[in-house]
Amino acid sequence: MSILVNKDTKVIVQGLTGKTGTFHTEQALGYHGTKMVAGVTPGKGGSTWEGTLPDGSKAVLPVFDTVAEAREKTGANASVVYVPPKAAGASIIEAIDAEMPLIVTITEGIPVLDMVKVKARLDRSTSRLLGPNCPGVLTPGECKIGIMPGSIFRRGSVGIVSRSGTLTYEAVFQTTNEGLGQTTAVGIGGDPVKGTEFIDVLELFLADPETKSIVMIGEIGGSAEEAAAEFLKDEAKRGRMKPMVGFIAGRTAPPGRTMGHAGAVISGGKGGAEDKIAAMEAAGIVVSPSPAQLGRTLAERLKG
Amino acid sequence: MNIHEYQAKALLKGFGAPVAAGVPVFSAGEAEAAARSLPGPLWVVKSQIHAGGRGKGRFKEASAGEKGGVRLARSVDEVIEFARQMLGATLVTKQTGQAGKQVNRLYIEDGADIARELYCSLLVDRAVGRVAFVVSTEGGMDIETVAHDTPEKIVTVAIDPEAGVTAADVAAIVSALKLEGAAAKDAETLFPLLYWAFIDKDMSLLEVNPLIVLKDGHLRLLDAKVSFDGNALFRHPDVEALRDLTEEDDKEIEAHKHDLAYVALSGNIGCMVNGAGLAMATMDIIKLYGAEPANFLDVGGGASREKVTAAFKIITADPAVKGILINIFGGIMKCDVIAEGVIAAVREVGLQVPLVVRLEGTNVALGKKIIADSGLDVIAADDLDDAARKIVAAVKGA
Repeated sequence: MSILVNKDTKVIVQGLTGKTGTFHTEQALGYHGTKMVAGVTPGKGGSTWEGTLPDGSKAVLPVFDTVAEAREKTGANASVVYVPPKAAGASIIEAIDAEMPLIVTITEGIPVLDMVKVKARLDRSTSRLLGPNCPGVLTPGECKIGIMPGSIFRRGSVGIVSRSGTLTYEAVFQTTNEGLGQTTAVGIGGDPVKGTEFIDVLELFLADPETKSIVMIGEIGGSAEEAAAEFLKDEAKRGRMKPMVGFIAGRTAPPGRTMGHAGAVISGGKGGAEDKIAAMEAAGIVVSPSPAQLGRTLAERLKG
Repeated sequence: MNIHEYQAKALLKGFGAPVAAGVPVFSAGEAEAAARSLPGPLWVVKSQIHAGGRGKGRFKEASAGEKGGVRLARSVDEVIEFARQMLGATLVTKQTGQAGKQVNRLYIEDGADIARELYCSLLVDRAVGRVAFVVSTEGGMDIETVAHDTPEKIVTVAIDPEAGVTAADVAAIVSALKLEGAAAKDAETLFPLLYWAFIDKDMSLLEVNPLIVLKDGHLRLLDAKVSFDGNALFRHPDVEALRDLTEEDDKEIEAHKHDLAYVALSGNIGCMVNGAGLAMATMDIIKLYGAEPANFLDVGGGASREKVTAAFKIITADPAVKGILINIFGGIMKCDVIAEGVIAAVREVGLQVPLVVRLEGTNVALGKKIIADSGLDVIAADDLDDAARKIVAAVKGA
């Protein structure tokens, strides 16, 4: 088992005909044949997209004007959004209105008030949104949505959830090197207002029988890590728990400065790394002080 | 992006918010005319810098006098004297750091008869994904202190984006601030208009501290601090025009031009990393091994050779930098492209300090080979731990 995506997930690409959308769709098609089924670009409906896979073979996908039409014609159950930031909020809302079950938004730099509007719409829908400003989601050997490098993955037992893209790759790479492998890696994104929080993904990992342990990577800003720690404590009381290793980026970040990610800022004395680490440790998570020791720390934790 | 108090007040006044009459001045010569255009008998002379704590701040120069960065004047002559003392002097507040900030602009404002001081801010409450009012009866103080000592005195009212500020929202704020009479009546228009200003201009923070009740019972914004969402500036050229580049770090301005996320720090190891999380983690691991990072720098996911060169120039332009750590985990970014960019940059800029490069991910073997074959004095690292150890050792050994 895995969470969120598997070999049956059928994906459409919003913003397929752009440079980023094209490159990553070629990569996804080349990753164990992820079922990329169509693209959506308003005004280009009826045309076709042609791509060249990493092995040199060609691929052709239909392009539709709207998400609703693409969904109806292809039976897609997921959408990935590569639309530029100015228009991305409206694209996500279009996917919500088309009742797309899973919407993965890679785009970085969406105005936060556009995301406030998206969130209001999302709360009244059945769609799940990953991101924005996230690397996507990948189930090894089955399905790759987004921009994670497929080559570092290995099928295995670790569930990975992270606010940061490249730190997700570190966790994946290190757990692969330890021979543990992954069930699914999920990037929830670095923006302050987003579709999916740690708690949502942790719930899925706790419920997934194949996921034997979890790596959770947070960073400064907000209180999602503290909320996740409370959630894990409550679940543990009900007997639901899995071995976990964590990391928090930004211990050395100065207050009041936004560190690259729009959501990575210590403001009003809140969102500092030490509070998050303390909360996670209190919930039984082994928090590694070094981002280079995630895999080894987890392997040692599993040996007992 | 931040703006000055006088700019924030002018902006909010445009939306109908009650602010005192005031005039910004850029030279002491303008102070007299500014003071005479206001009624008196009380004037407030306020330093305009992008930092809080101005009132309790102190000037470095003895010629600026003993008083703080916000001064009450009781005559036009006193306004002129304060302006002469304060303009060009360096104000140190708890937010500026030891170096302080030079005061190049003053705001001369009509005095106010204050009955009560309150706190009001608007921000995006990330826990609920909504814009929220944060209000408190404890105005004029450091809100972080209030939050720490008496959290029950802070009330948050989140606004449904589809309904806007409702009568019930206003009633909740009025109750939390214990407003009565004219002030309660003013609240019916003030809070909806502050919310509208926040939405209309894509603000990320609107802080009024203090919001005052005047002796005549009406509300007024005595101070105003406004920050904008940098990602939304494309739709607000009028806001972009308010930017004061003298308030920003030169290296950060240069980085912004190249679309690099850069934050200047106080250590001596320059960092170039892809991804914000990994960039923070790289800073953290440098500290873990006993040194301090000179900067945060995220070259982003799709960095080109030109971008890498620009980043390298910004790092090496900082005289504090005694060593450089490049840490790239190539997902989208290919390691060979990074390697070529680094070599081009070193050849162009020169290398005066130790450079450790750690590459991982797409095309890593090719990237490592390009660096090894370059003949440049680059220290290769196998993983992040190894890289951090090597750069810290190289800088300490130097």
